Amino acid sequence: MCVSAEPPQSGTFEELAMPLFGQLYNFAHWLAQNREEAEDLVQETYVKALRGFGSFQPGTNFRAWMYRILRNTFLTSRTGLKATMTVPLDEGESGPGATAATDQPTPEALLIDRNHQDLLQTALEELPLHFREVLLLCEVEEMSYQEIADTIAVPIGTVMSRLSRARAALRANVQQKLRRP
Amino acid sequence: MACNQWLPQLDAYLDGELPSEPMRALDAHLRSCPACAADALARVQLKRAIKTAGSRFTPSPEFRNQIHKKIGGKPRRAWNSGWVLATAAFAVVLVAGFVSTYLERQNLRQQQFYSELADLHVSTLASANPVDVVSSDRHTVKPWFQGKIPFTFNLPELQNTDFTLLGGRVTYLGQIPGAHLIYQIRKHQISVFLFPEDLVGLNGKSNVSRERTFNVDTWAQDGLRYIVFGDVAPEDIRSLSGLLKSAAKS
Repeated sequence: MCVSAEPPQSGTFEELAMPLFGQLYNFAHWLAQNREEAEDLVQETYVKALRGFGSFQPGTNFRAWMYRILRNTFLTSRTGLKATMTVPLDEGESGPGATAATDQPTPEALLIDRNHQDLLQTALEELPLHFREVLLLCEVEEMSYQEIADTIAVPIGTVMSRLSRARAALRANVQQKLRRP
Repeated sequence: MACNQWLPQLDAYLDGELPSEPMRALDAHLRSCPACAADALARVQLKRAIKTAGSRFTPSPEFRNQIHKKIGGKPRRAWNSGWVLATAAFAVVLVAGFVSTYLERQNLRQQQFYSELADLHVSTLASANPVDVVSSDRHTVKPWFQGKIPFTFNLPELQNTDFTLLGGRVTYLGQIPGAHLIYQIRKHQISVFLFPEDLVGLNGKSNVSRERTFNVDTWAQDGLRYIVFGDVAPEDIRSLSGLLKSAAKS
């Protein structure tokens, strides 16, 4: 596949987009969960973004724009459609106080450190897509809540609620694995 | 158990998303509540662990080139000027590859090292008993380490300085035993770590740098690796480093 649409700012696109390449690939791999699909996803994202670069509003968040394209591309792929079929209806609540008190772990239950990397990686893989993506955008990409909200197109309150539930789900999963003989 | 009033705000606080007023209030609370401080520390460790576990996948250089070309990047120079040029280019690429891999590994190792030191520093200060030998007297602290670590060291005289020695404890970094001393200046606490130089594997001249939001100075002297680590200004770190260096020479 070769791209023929060449907007006048193509040089600028390259300068803006290539530094994000490694991070986008990592995120794509976590979404698709295999290398071939991740490469297809990243390739399609770059092609779409280059084509649509003319409509990108300068001064707005380019990184969130790229991640949004990648995520939307994934969600319309076969793997993405399959993954979204398991999204639970948890979006009724929003805001930092939305998490039920029973979700709050004790400090002991929170103690998951780098000694448990393998367990943590497996637990991340097993998280439902809507939890996995917010955790990765927050912790790995270090996006602000607003950036995450822009990327996944939900209100900030939903981002906070999902993050809280995602962390609780991850801790519960890791604790369960640690308890197994 | 952390306080119910603050618990729902802890994640937003650690994500840097609380507005300044509640941020200050929670900050003050954490300094006075060991339960919430322990909870916050565990959450920080989880955040770090997720970052490391989540930064797992790297694209191949071939794939990067492929995308770069596709979006209009300058193509790589073709090797069509004869085998001499090709061999020379290959050698340069090979050496550059080795150097780049070496530097990347060094950098990764250094980042892991600083991350572990940050954990040691923060978890020690959050502890109810941060030091095992509680004394401001260097002649009490230094002998306490005898038989507990495989080296000895000199500590500086702090008279006429703003620093106070609070005490020390034995610590471990990658299973290597070392000394962890806590100094205080004004209301800030600074960690000084000492490890056998050859076992830690850090390079570089003494120079205060910013790592993991802390100011750090590190140098090797007389077979020991010194690391001064804290949230104070670089001048204070430099000043304590100077005192330690002078003491080591005496």
